[in-house]
Amino acid sequence: MDIILVLAAGIATGTVLLFGTLGGIFSERSGVQNLGVEGMMLFGAMTAYSVTASTKNPWLGLLAGMFAAGLISQVHAFISITLQADQVVSGLSLNFLATGVSLVLGEGLNSIKGVPTLPFYTIPLLSQIPIIGRIFFTNQSVLVYFGYILFPLAWYFINHTRPGMHLRAVGEFPAAADSQGINVFFTRYLYVFIGGLLAGMAGATISLAVSPGWFAEKTSAGQGWIAVGLVIFAQWNPLRAAFGSYIFGTLRRLVLDIQGPNMIFSFPNPFFYNPYLAFFLKMLPYAFTVIVLIIGSHEATRKRIGSPAALGLPYIRGQRGL
Amino acid sequence: MSDMEVNHQEKRRWKFPIHIEERVSEPPRWLSPLLSLLAVIFALLLGAALIAVKGGDPWRAYSHIAKSSFGSLGVFSDTLVKATPLILVGVACSLAFRMKIWNIGAEGQFFVGAFGASAVVLTPLLPLDAPRWQFIIAMALAGMTMGALWGLIPGLLKAKFGVNEIITTLMLNYIAVEWNNYFIYAIWSEGGFQMSRMFQKNAWLPRLTDYSKQFKIFSGLTTHMGLLFAIVVAVVVWFIIFKSKWGYEIRLIGDNPRAANYAGIGIGRNIVLVMMLSGAIAGLAGMSEIAGVVHRLQGAISPGYGFTGIIIAWLAELNPLAVIVVSILFGALILAGREIQPTGVPTMIQGVIMVCLIAARFFLRYQIIIGAREEE
Repeated sequence: MDIILVLAAGIATGTVLLFGTLGGIFSERSGVQNLGVEGMMLFGAMTAYSVTASTKNPWLGLLAGMFAAGLISQVHAFISITLQADQVVSGLSLNFLATGVSLVLGEGLNSIKGVPTLPFYTIPLLSQIPIIGRIFFTNQSVLVYFGYILFPLAWYFINHTRPGMHLRAVGEFPAAADSQGINVFFTRYLYVFIGGLLAGMAGATISLAVSPGWFAEKTSAGQGWIAVGLVIFAQWNPLRAAFGSYIFGTLRRLVLDIQGPNMIFSFPNPFFYNPYLAFFLKMLPYAFTVIVLIIGSHEATRKRIGSPAALGLPYIRGQRGL
Repeated sequence: MSDMEVNHQEKRRWKFPIHIEERVSEPPRWLSPLLSLLAVIFALLLGAALIAVKGGDPWRAYSHIAKSSFGSLGVFSDTLVKATPLILVGVACSLAFRMKIWNIGAEGQFFVGAFGASAVVLTPLLPLDAPRWQFIIAMALAGMTMGALWGLIPGLLKAKFGVNEIITTLMLNYIAVEWNNYFIYAIWSEGGFQMSRMFQKNAWLPRLTDYSKQFKIFSGLTTHMGLLFAIVVAVVVWFIIFKSKWGYEIRLIGDNPRAANYAGIGIGRNIVLVMMLSGAIAGLAGMSEIAGVVHRLQGAISPGYGFTGIIIAWLAELNPLAVIVVSILFGALILAGREIQPTGVPTMIQGVIMVCLIAARFFLRYQIIIGAREEE
């Protein structure tokens, strides 16, 4: 087992979580919690793969997947923003809807052969850096590189630009934002849409880059839910989100790869000699999500920061309070 | 927050003679069930459109569902078999949702419940020739204990640390599946197959067909004792929610946690208790399925019962008795859905129903008034 290769694959897996988590951060920073990430990811993955299969153009597939997930996210936006329904229930129902629609429309996609993937690149100079170059910059999907660019941009956008400030205002104190002429409803619709776009991109990252293909529900295998957990762990901060996503991606990858060699660091590998132990390994990412949530919630309550104050509350014009 | 602002009046002007107003008084009692019915009808129409887009014949699909689930006594009995676990998980979800505790983990609790019941037979905790009633009681207790444990973990985390229970219950679902897989593949595997041995007959729940000697009409009917469990549990939970002091506390916490706190109701304690009871009921569903239908532990024991239970609970408006009726309809959908192409149709219809249902709730708080506004 080449540890460098495992880490490199882990970064690619983590990119899926990164896009999903960033999408969740954008949506939740505007005050709308979206539990439909898993479903939107599946819908994005299915659409991206399907469009790529019929057009042979993975870029078109990527765009279609993002747009499809963005579109379906608007169901949640309409129900929770305009109809003021409970965001938890609405997000859950979006999840069912998107999953169901993906399964129906994705029927038979798995039998299609020869679907192209998005290109992989090795960055000329950066890949020469010892170790780091081989992990981060060698033979990675173009989307992985996009992820490196996206998370600092997202952090800068949210914390240091005017529209980012509007976004935070809408999520913290919508009534005040409204009185300053910011359109609360439009802003929330917009960022739920952006959350959908990113969830769709996460899905396309799975089906067109990390593990190409369409495997019904197993395509995303709970990664959308892990992303929802990572949003809380990241305390709604894109930089922490990147950290968490790459760690988790590596963990998920490690679980797959650890059964291969019969020796690890010159110790006999228990997972090689008893492959059934792998079932416990497979629990690890999920158990870690729970542990991370415990840590995250504890820190968040202690510091009293992070969670947008108006998260989960519908904004009704003219009412007192948030 | 919006409930407290009843005396607020909207002052916006509308050009059209239709406008939407917040309701000042309680909506009429018939409105809520009517909205649910309309939501289901709308969802079925939407589902039909999607099936048609995919190239299927929606009306044949729907009439096929009706015929192959209510067409004769035999298939209706099969529908009841499918409805049995749904009633239990639906009741489990209703109980937790009453308190606005989002137990999305009924699926995992179902799996560990099945594991607990199987452990009684396969370990074995009872002698293999123990009488049937002992097996049934021990399996039910083991299933409920495992389910309660699976509910206790997220309950404690929520009560102690405020950890989001949606994600913890969901993560525990995945963990439960891997846990069962370990035992199916490694410990109880029979001859290298990914399933345990068949349980001996005295660990089976009695079925109607077992009494076909006394009652000819029961011949071939697979409805089992789990249905009785389910109905008893539904009635008991209905009683707890609507007629007991504890149920009053649960509903008060769900509607207004702040008021409940002022009234001296221990919210944390109730979260843990409700999650444990909810988990135990879902665990019983797993036991009933294992002992009544599958008769062995294997990987594929649930086509997503735990998730369907969430929708059933909402459609039944979190009323355990209504859950029974809704579960029978969903049992029909699942039973017939196995033969429908494409395979995702039942999941999709469930999703559409849920979305329409949530959207329709809007009209419980707002009313559409056609005609000119009186005050203007």
